[in-house]
Amino acid sequence: MTTTAPSDAATTRGEARRQATASSAYKPKDGCLLEVDDLFVEFHTEDGVAKAINGVSFNLYQGETLAILGESGSGKSVTAQAIMGILDMPPARIPSGQVRYCGQDLLTMPEEQRRKTRGPEISMVFQDALSSLNPVFPVGWQIAEMFRQHRGMNKSDALERAVKLMQRVQIPAAKERVKAYPHQFSGGMRQRIMIAMAIALDPAVLIADEPTTALDVTVQAQIMALLQELQEERQMGLILITHDLGVVADVADKIAVMYAGRIVERADVYDLYRQPAHPYTKGLLESIPRLDQKGQTLTAIGGLPPNLTRIPPGCAFNPRCPYAQDICTKDRPELREVLPGRQAACHFSEEVLHG
Amino acid sequence: MGKYIARRLIQMIPVVLGATFLIYAMVFALPGDPTAGKCGERPCPPAYVAKFKEEHNLNDPLLVQYGKYMAKLVQGDLGTNYYGIPVKEDLQKRYQVTGKLAIMAILFETVIGIFAGVLAGIRKGRFIDNLVLVSTLFVIAVPIFVIGATLQYYLGVKLGLFPVTVSAEATTYELLLPAIVLGSVSVAYVARLTRTNLVENLRADYVRTAVSKGLTKRRAMGVHALRNSLIPVVTFIGADFGGLLGGAIVTERIFNIQGVGGYIFRSISARDGIAVVSAVTVLVLVYLFANLLVDLLYGVLDPRISHD
Amino acid sequence: MTDATLAVSADPTATHAGEDASRSLASDAWRHLRRNPLFWISVVMIVAFVLMALVPQLFTSTDPNEAILRQARERPNADAWFGRDIQGYDIYSRCIYGARASILVGVFTTLATVLIGGFAGIMAGFYGGISDSVVSRITDIFFAIPFLLGAILFMATFPNTVNSPYAVVVLKVVLALAILGWPSIARLMRSSVLQVKPNDYVQAARALGATPLRIIRSHVLPNSMAPVIVVSTINLGAYIAAEATLSFLGLGLVYPAVSWGVMISDAIVALRTTPHILFFPSLFLSLAVLAFIMLGDAVRDAYDPKTR
Repeated sequence: MTTTAPSDAATTRGEARRQATASSAYKPKDGCLLEVDDLFVEFHTEDGVAKAINGVSFNLYQGETLAILGESGSGKSVTAQAIMGILDMPPARIPSGQVRYCGQDLLTMPEEQRRKTRGPEISMVFQDALSSLNPVFPVGWQIAEMFRQHRGMNKSDALERAVKLMQRVQIPAAKERVKAYPHQFSGGMRQRIMIAMAIALDPAVLIADEPTTALDVTVQAQIMALLQELQEERQMGLILITHDLGVVADVADKIAVMYAGRIVERADVYDLYRQPAHPYTKGLLESIPRLDQKGQTLTAIGGLPPNLTRIPPGCAFNPRCPYAQDICTKDRPELREVLPGRQAACHFSEEVLHG
Repeated sequence: MGKYIARRLIQMIPVVLGATFLIYAMVFALPGDPTAGKCGERPCPPAYVAKFKEEHNLNDPLLVQYGKYMAKLVQGDLGTNYYGIPVKEDLQKRYQVTGKLAIMAILFETVIGIFAGVLAGIRKGRFIDNLVLVSTLFVIAVPIFVIGATLQYYLGVKLGLFPVTVSAEATTYELLLPAIVLGSVSVAYVARLTRTNLVENLRADYVRTAVSKGLTKRRAMGVHALRNSLIPVVTFIGADFGGLLGGAIVTERIFNIQGVGGYIFRSISARDGIAVVSAVTVLVLVYLFANLLVDLLYGVLDPRISHD
Repeated sequence: MTDATLAVSADPTATHAGEDASRSLASDAWRHLRRNPLFWISVVMIVAFVLMALVPQLFTSTDPNEAILRQARERPNADAWFGRDIQGYDIYSRCIYGARASILVGVFTTLATVLIGGFAGIMAGFYGGISDSVVSRITDIFFAIPFLLGAILFMATFPNTVNSPYAVVVLKVVLALAILGWPSIARLMRSSVLQVKPNDYVQAARALGATPLRIIRSHVLPNSMAPVIVVSTINLGAYIAAEATLSFLGLGLVYPAVSWGVMISDAIVALRTTPHILFFPSLFLSLAVLAFIMLGDAVRDAYDPKTR
């Protein structure tokens, strides 16, 4: 797998980002790009109100990779969509919370202004590239659209830039394939096209929602490596949303583990893997099959994630938790610092840490 | 592409043969005296009848008759009807009229149908959507001859806005009301189809991508979603054209239009076998070709089919 | 695989109480259908029409074929609720009795097309190969003849004579419509089966040694029926309209059978002075067609998870 050209490309890209920052209306505060502050999101459905996000807060800094880890239904994708502002507002509602990008609250911004942040400032890559790309337009056209719509470039210039982007994400024979259609590419190539589209305007924040879930393992590795490269080059803040512990270990700097719409543990990646501080994280790590377990029963966390319209009182994880006690059904644990630089939402973190 | 067309044309041959034979059999297996009514009130003299039958091959077994007929057809000879007028001549005149009618109906259904469908799709659940849904349901449910007769009465007879029947020249203005009647059911289908497709495409993943690319809602809907939605609609309209040519029978009857439908109907009533078979055969051929064109069109419009 | 979702799969007995009851596709569809007001409206209308067809005596005691010439063209009054037509028949009574023809034609045609078309579609889709080629060609041949045109041709070939038994008269119309209607069901069933066939549960049944009949009956059929049901319900309405159209053109049912189409045909002549003669049968016809189309729409919405 080829790497990029030597560091002059990196400095040019970094320079481009610095220039973009200089000319844009958004400037990071002390390197801080994104502040999600006590965000709540609910969905009003026929079956009741699903509380998808219940008080999530985190920060994202320049050049940092934050991984949001969780099962289906934990709220990780909803968080990403809330940041991007692409939730369908009925049935979704945001009753409270703020999402500040370089100090400005995106949620209360006028829609037109917010729309202009999508692409040039914050960008997103989705899971299934086949359905996420428009099947009736050539890929080059779709990438070039970013330049035509946001920067007012003409068709041929925009297309040229699209070709360069396709080359940057290592699509072979980019010049010839720029007029091809999404279905003519393999899964990995399509994902690269999505990434090319997302980084086209040098955004400061890139959100990747399960970018490799639909791909097979070798391609996964390539895509993750590409993301990492691009991030370093451009000093982007990268939010990686996934349920795959293996993918995360390589790439992330920090991890936030989500369960039932809340962050239950937040730590540096090495610390988390070495010594989890929350029973859920511990359960996840223990459920990874290991070679030396051959012949034994696989460990799993019993039970199922809660129905978001009926979240159990107290700690949402208590029905499945091996450490649960009476207090867990009554008193919901808040995120607290259990070790320097680490937070967990559990009454019994100390036990989890040391045993 | 050329190979595909050739293959489809070859596949069409057994279909054409089968369909034309079916029609031929139905018409000429009819009992009944083809010379009835030609000699005034008395039955024709046997010599005349014999000569008539000989001329029109009516004594041969059915398959032989059919064979002889097809042989002539392939050479472009559509035969003469029982009154001695070459069918081809008649049809040429009448296809111009029916063709004009059908084109007007298509324009009507395309413009109004797509417009209504897009409006309904964008404003799903709101008043305009319900209005379109209810009115299209109404138009589909009320049979075409009822719509035709009522409009003819109220707009033609009572208000005098349109001529009640269509003269032999069939001017555009005269054909306006019949075209609206003919296209009415199709308008309803086009509107509903457009609406359904648009609604479905508006929730597609690629629209979500378009929004997250920072494109305006208008562009995401009007460029990305619409292009995908219209493909099946365009092909429906194309297929409808062939159907319109055939289905104009009722409309032509109501408004007394000298078109193909009227010709076929008159020939059926007069038991004019050759005229019926030839006219219907031509219609079937047109219909099949229209379907072929529509299939090709779909292939062209949808890159998933035309590319690789 | 380091998939965290693995962690969740084992030990489902440790779930919390109060889980939602299991929802199969059919029960989910029924639940959705139940809540749709249009469904209930259409059901009520259909039940009313079926009652009219089965026991017209429930609704009227007047003989539909009793003509009182003296009172011809009468407006609606206390004696004849919908008035009388040009021959002096009681329009209300004829509207009620006319339901029988429409319901019979609609129901039997639909049954016939589903049986014939369904069988053909399964043969083509499930067995593939030669079976598919042959059946598809035959389908294409019948498909090539425009629906109404073919029905007209058929009815002209085997006309109904006045005073033929009711059953024969209705049967001919059913036959005419069914012969031309089965191809569209066949195509639909074929494509439906083709979508179901590659699914894993069919492969699994095959691997377990199930006979083709069993696979078709237990696996393929239940899963491919839904679109056929939806289209057939809507087609029922279309067949009712088609029968009316044939009768309107003079080719459908004849005296003494009562048909809304015939009533409408007769009424056009008197439209200018006595529009009520046209209005009432048109109303009944439109409502009948509407009821089935609404039902079909409602069923389609219930089965389609995307419209939630």
